[in-house]
Amino acid sequence: MSKKAVTKTRSLSVCHGSCCVLAGARDVAAALKAALKENLPGARVKVKKGRCSARCGGGPVVTVEPDGTVYTGVTPGDAAEIVKKHVAGGKVVRRLAAKAKVEPGPIPALGESGFFKDQVLIAMRNRGRIDPDSIDDYIANEGYLGMAKAVTEMKPEQIVAEVKKAGLRGRGGGGFPTGLKWEICRNSPSCDDKYIICNADEGDPGAFMDRSLLESDPHSVIEGMIIGARAIGATRGYVYVREEYPLACDRVIKAIDDARAYGLLGESILKSDFSFDIDVVRGAGAFVCGEETALMASIEGKEGKPRPRPPFPAQSGLWGKPTNVNNVETWANVPPIALRGGAWYASLGTARSKGTKVFSLVGKVKNTGLIEVPMGTTMRQIIFDIGGGVLKDRELKAVQTGGPSGGCIPADMMDIPVDYEELARAGSIMGSGGLIVMDDETCMVDVARYFVEFLEDESCGKCTPCREGITRMREILDRIVEGKGKRGDIELLERLAFTIKEASLCGLGATAPNPVLTTLKYFRDEYEAHIYKKRCPAGVCKALIIYRVVAGKCTGCQRCVRACPVGAISGPRSQPHNLDQDKCIKCGACYEVCKFDAIAGDAIYVE
Amino acid sequence: MAERAKSIRIDGRKFTFRRGQTILGIAREHGIDIPTLCHHEALEPYGSCRLCVVEVKSGDRTRTMASCVTPAGDGMVVRTSTPGIREIRKTLIMLLLARCPNIESIKAMARKLGVKKVPFPKSDEDCYLCGMCVRACAEIVGVRAIGFAQRGHESVVAPPFGLVSNACIGCGTCTTICPARTFDLDKVFARRGMHRVEGKDGVGRCIICETYYMGG
Ligand SMILES: Cc1cc2nc3c(=O)[nH]c(=O)nc-3n(C[C@H](O)[C@H](O)[C@H](O)COP(=O)(O)O)c2cc1C
Ligand code: SF4
Ligand code: SF4
Ligand code: SF4
Ligand code: FES
Ligand code: FES
Repeated sequence: MSKKAVTKTRSLSVCHGSCCVLAGARDVAAALKAALKENLPGARVKVKKGRCSARCGGGPVVTVEPDGTVYTGVTPGDAAEIVKKHVAGGKVVRRLAAKAKVEPGPIPALGESGFFKDQVLIAMRNRGRIDPDSIDDYIANEGYLGMAKAVTEMKPEQIVAEVKKAGLRGRGGGGFPTGLKWEICRNSPSCDDKYIICNADEGDPGAFMDRSLLESDPHSVIEGMIIGARAIGATRGYVYVREEYPLACDRVIKAIDDARAYGLLGESILKSDFSFDIDVVRGAGAFVCGEETALMASIEGKEGKPRPRPPFPAQSGLWGKPTNVNNVETWANVPPIALRGGAWYASLGTARSKGTKVFSLVGKVKNTGLIEVPMGTTMRQIIFDIGGGVLKDRELKAVQTGGPSGGCIPADMMDIPVDYEELARAGSIMGSGGLIVMDDETCMVDVARYFVEFLEDESCGKCTPCREGITRMREILDRIVEGKGKRGDIELLERLAFTIKEASLCGLGATAPNPVLTTLKYFRDEYEAHIYKKRCPAGVCKALIIYRVVAGKCTGCQRCVRACPVGAISGPRSQPHNLDQDKCIKCGACYEVCKFDAIAGDAIYVE
Repeated sequence: MAERAKSIRIDGRKFTFRRGQTILGIAREHGIDIPTLCHHEALEPYGSCRLCVVEVKSGDRTRTMASCVTPAGDGMVVRTSTPGIREIRKTLIMLLLARCPNIESIKAMARKLGVKKVPFPKSDEDCYLCGMCVRACAEIVGVRAIGFAQRGHESVVAPPFGLVSNACIGCGTCTTICPARTFDLDKVFARRGMHRVEGKDGVGRCIICETYYMGG
């Protein structure tokens, strides 16, 4: 082939968020690379690692640039078709193309009544019911009533008291009692200004509740902030939105303008002596900017790195002034509390975790999406009643909670009620509410490695344990999944984990070892199998498996021949095929497409 | 009525302290040794190396805190050398030694903490990112000619946006304060793409802006 490859495509961006990786994004990337090399040698098309594009239910997600076509549910077996038809031929592969635009509309009707039965919507009360761009729609659904009550009928101290009574805790990860935080900021020796911030940096791959709230109901967050400002005595608020969320940003800006036009923001709100306004700041994009001190530094135009606390933001925050930071979902819970009272909210939930929590249920589960349930709902209810069970009815292995620095909870612990305390007891965290369901085809060492790699990329690099330690952990995990693990590696991981957890400056480092610690706690045998037996029990780690054709089962249908991106399989029709080990890139495309179970992925012994 | 003086207990000894004093400050005032690698009397505390961690009991919570950035609190009970703290310091110095096996101050600290072997592959960096140069340039010289570029393990000290910086006045404060001392001013400038100084006897002429500077 001497003809030079002509294509308009510049790159194929394969989402490497946690859900997509678990769904096989890395194999897809490898297969795409191989298919490009095979079909379009010399073409300058890059296969890139993309960030979570919040289509987590439909992974692996591949975005073709520059035309912007989004393919969902891509498998290695689709790689050759995407390359031949789209990259080379300029035609969209309809079968895989996602719907034109992802609108966070109503919760997808999945035909499973169970999906709705156990849900209680407070933060997401208006989701899909109102036009997010219409302030009138919002007002027609009890909108701004809580705020009107707070501003005209309640004293600031009373608002704080109601939020305390509600038992609302921060939904951004830490779970700090919101009312108490407001009180500390309120009582902070006052100067002329106090600030409040809405943290919409949402950096956890696989979590998209904040984006969804801002896009589908921006006024609920703004109303919450006005009530909070009144309670704390703040004069100015900031919504810090990550740059990957342009639609959320536009919707919030429009909502703020509309609220101002209605006299709900600005000078003398509702003709009272209370004045307050909100600005929107676009985030710089780094994960660590979601940490409150880094976030404030970023708003001030400084380098977005965390600084030691104390002083806490309530003492010295934005520009040295008392500042209160809350998460999007926390703010969205405030209006109903102001309207209905703290006791009502506290009637839901468990002893120390009140109200409801939004979770993004993703991974190997039948019904994926955002759900809102009362605190204390068991993991089993969430996964089996609401989620409809494990995809393809495979065996449940674990549920990963809390985002990249959360932990994996094994299948035999599914009866724990989900709240802050119980998750912490299990060694994990609530985090922002990501729930990733994993089946028996998931390798827990590989999962730990994935999250550690994510955190390594996101470490700001300021302090020694996080910057140096996480990299060392990743190196050790790399060699374990490559079949080169050594005696003593587990102990070294534990030593590093202890130091990183104890000595890191900010929450990123302090929680970074969780994925390793929980998998070591509940799945130590898998680490041992990799290290001592050079075997990956789940059959995931490429270095430890080998694909071969089972001669007795192969019908010679040639499906695998077409699917293999590197042409490693050959053989005449209707006769058992041949798999060339030297060419095989172990992407698993053949295994995926074979209808006769005639491709086996066997464990091999290295060394 | 005079308020009762605030006190803290460090390694079993009780001390009173002044407002704003850090745990490290009090310990040093009384001759209690806590190892540090990013602390400098002339600079604002930064809390990046984490070697100065101590165990702090305050109320019913016991936590590991960096003593250089933690303000003393009334009734705190501090232990500077528990087995856990020693383990953390050893791991930290192993990590730094793997990064910078040839920096004298790191080697000395490793010896002091009894660390001989490092269970990680070694690289050979000449900077351990203590940030003293960056802080000195900002806080003492007041020009902010250098900062950190990249993030995580890739972090390096560099002028803003990695461009040649005109802000640098060639004062040499950054090299003087650098505890790694693995390069001289000339190398710093070359490496950081800033003013390059030529000349003898400590007087330099920047080959970019052609002005003369002291130091070098
Ligand atoms: C590394 C790191 C990343 C964080 N990212 C977020 C985030 O994306 N969104 C968020 O609301 N909080 C995030 N937080 C927590 C914030 O620091 C802060 O605790 C929170 O915004 C407070 O609001 P809340 O009390 O309503 O949860 C992060 C913390 C750390 C340590
Ligand atoms: S723990 Fe990590 S992210 Fe936090 S300050 Fe240290 S290096 Fe930066
Ligand atoms: S020599 Fe330049 S970079 Fe170094 S402290 Fe002086 S002004 Fe700053
Ligand atoms: S160059 Fe020296 S002073 Fe600057 S960060 Fe590196 S080790 Fe510290
Ligand atoms: S879309 Fe890929 S992980 Fe979220
Ligand atoms: S001396 Fe305290 S962190 Fe470096």
